[in-house]
Amino acid sequence: MKIDIILAGVGGQGILSIASIIGYAAVKKGLYLKQAEVHGMSQRGGDVQSNFRLADYPIASDLIPKGKADLIISVEPMEALRYLPWLSKDGMLITNDQPFININNYPDESVLKAELDKLPRKVVINADQVAKDLGSVRSANMVILGAASPFINMDFSALENAVSEVFARKGEEVVNVNLACLQAGREFAEKNK
Amino acid sequence: MAKQLFLGDEAIAQAALDAGLSGVYAYPGTPSTEITEYIQHSKQAANGNVHREWASNEKTALEAAIGMSYAGKRAMACMKHVGLNVAADPFMNVAITGANGGLVILVADDPSMHSSQDEQDSRFFAKFAFIPVFEPSNQQEAYDMTYEAFDYSEKYRIPVMIRITTRLAHSRAGVEQRPARPQNEINLHPNKKQFILLPALARKYYNELLDKQIPMEAESENSKYNKFIEGKDKSLGIITSGIAYNYLMENYVETTCPYPVLKINQYPLPVKMITKLVDECDSVLVLEEGYPLIEEQLRGLLNRGGNIKGRLDGTISRVGELNPNMVGSALGIKQEEGSPIPEIVAPRPPALCVACPHIDSYIALNEAMVEHGEGKVFADIGCYTLGALPPYNAIYSTVDMGASITMAKGAADAGLRPTVGVIGDSTFTHSGITSLLDCVWDKTPVTIMILDNSTTGMTGGQDSHAFGKIETICLGLGVEKEHIRIIKPLKNRHAENVQVIKEELAYEGVSVIIPTRECIQTLNKRVREKSK
Ligand SMILES: Cc1ncc(C[n+]2csc(CCOP(=O)(O)OP(=O)(O)O)c2C)c(N)n1
Ligand code: SF4
Repeated sequence: MKIDIILAGVGGQGILSIASIIGYAAVKKGLYLKQAEVHGMSQRGGDVQSNFRLADYPIASDLIPKGKADLIISVEPMEALRYLPWLSKDGMLITNDQPFININNYPDESVLKAELDKLPRKVVINADQVAKDLGSVRSANMVILGAASPFINMDFSALENAVSEVFARKGEEVVNVNLACLQAGREFAEKNK
Repeated sequence: MAKQLFLGDEAIAQAALDAGLSGVYAYPGTPSTEITEYIQHSKQAANGNVHREWASNEKTALEAAIGMSYAGKRAMACMKHVGLNVAADPFMNVAITGANGGLVILVADDPSMHSSQDEQDSRFFAKFAFIPVFEPSNQQEAYDMTYEAFDYSEKYRIPVMIRITTRLAHSRAGVEQRPARPQNEINLHPNKKQFILLPALARKYYNELLDKQIPMEAESENSKYNKFIEGKDKSLGIITSGIAYNYLMENYVETTCPYPVLKINQYPLPVKMITKLVDECDSVLVLEEGYPLIEEQLRGLLNRGGNIKGRLDGTISRVGELNPNMVGSALGIKQEEGSPIPEIVAPRPPALCVACPHIDSYIALNEAMVEHGEGKVFADIGCYTLGALPPYNAIYSTVDMGASITMAKGAADAGLRPTVGVIGDSTFTHSGITSLLDCVWDKTPVTIMILDNSTTGMTGGQDSHAFGKIETICLGLGVEKEHIRIIKPLKNRHAENVQVIKEELAYEGVSVIIPTRECIQTLNKRVREKSK
């Protein structure tokens, strides 16, 4: 078993929390894991990605080879497309559809949508809205993780436990809203995959 | 003990603590910063009273680490590759004095220049200095090799370089820890003259350093970190250094590599192992994460055998970090690729944060400079380097830390008027102070802007040694009081700030303008932590 995931977004959108939750669950299961992160200039609105690799055998490279990623999980739609060369032919793309516009030449909504429509296997969700409805705008990343969860070879309860553990020190309220976001994302994906 | 998920940097930090570290000395620099930060947050370090404050720069850091080693305790100096340039003087010379307590010099290189000005390979520096190198290929080796590096250093009384690169520094994997060892007691070197490099003594110690190379090479031949992996197909032999091994193996996940492989992680180079590989194979492919150090030595200037392949003959790109696809292609293995990046995907370069104080400083400076034309502002390294990009286009140089002031000086000496140096507070105390002293000594007409945002912003907001001291330092250096101008970089102060800058540009002497306002990121962090 192996899963290779490219996590994508813009600095500050919380892709590293997604990584730490899957990572936490994976370590509990005794899986091998490698996760290459981008540090440094990331806080300043640049693009960020993380190569996240899980397997039941030791993993060689910290970087995912092109064409081998099983999933792209993105909290921003244009950023999702940046990593298409890494997505395998039958790979799946899960992305938020809400753009983060901090550059002048950001593509029009319609062209962006047209590009996403071309992809055979995808889940495109308005994660910002779902998170807002559940009372925590900042938890859109958990909605995205929930939407990706059916495609990560791991029990949903393992991810739920990881969310509870990782957010525990922020209090019960934060844990609950993040769990609700995770659940809502999953339900959406089950219906729309 | 269960495995811990560690960044390569964190594995090194934890290993140093477990090996009985008494002090880490460092100046921040991507991708090495997290090592010291880990130790700063570690309970184990606090309980052991391990020294863990930042140093002013890499030279002061290494010198303090040498002092701790002198006293018999275990010390580690950490820096990014260009930091080693700053620390080059103590680095070259501590090879000759040797170490007493275990001394590890951790250098994190940044091939592909993800956040650096160059991609220099620190293994060349180590070779230059005759210092052994440990170059782990994964997080577990990073832990194990660091743990053992201190013993090695004490055994041969020599500093050890640990060389890592960005991918290992910033990638996480499960790591198994070893039992913690107590710190050393104070114990001076039996030879009380060991650290005196008077020529007569230095000649003796230099010969001793050269003599140490022989047993150290034998260590490399027998090291568990240098592995000869047999292969049936002798048409090619492969040498890998550091993490290049992983990219090779990634191409053989479902099959086994048919060629003999020599995995090198410890230097001086194991010449016997290399000879065996070269002798039994028709040609050799050298895979190195960095400059072609091994390849160049094997090949020589003429490559008369013509059978050494790698970065120098174009089999592998001459520049940049490796990846599994590059290595696969070099081996003639067909590489897959997903669909191309759609054309609509636009680059998203990093930018100054919204409400960053540097923005207001640059807008004011640009307005004051309009009448003087382009090409007269020399800057430095930090968040404010982004002033080189639109919409500011405010600066014309960024070379090395501290160069803004001295380049502005040199250009002024050449007759360029006016010249401006723009430098951050942390960069100023790193290596701008002596530059400013040169200006004062020469009474050079320069205008220096020291952007005081109370922090080392670029690397994530570490404390700045300049905090609360910049004005006093400038006065102490001899800058005239009336030409030290403190301004507040804010939109509503724009007109008066432009006026101050114009006045100082007109002064034929040394002026210092200090725009003072806290970095938005550290400000927000403080507010968040307070509200908790
Ligand atoms: C010799 C050297 N050491 C470290 C670095 C990494 N580095 C780049 S900028 C910077 C700090 C900048 O801080 P400051 O001057 O206060 O500017 P700010 O980023 O806060 O605007 C550091 C540590 C480097 N480039 N070169
Ligand atoms: S981190 Fe601080 S200094 Fe750097 S761009 Fe952001 S606000 Fe400015």
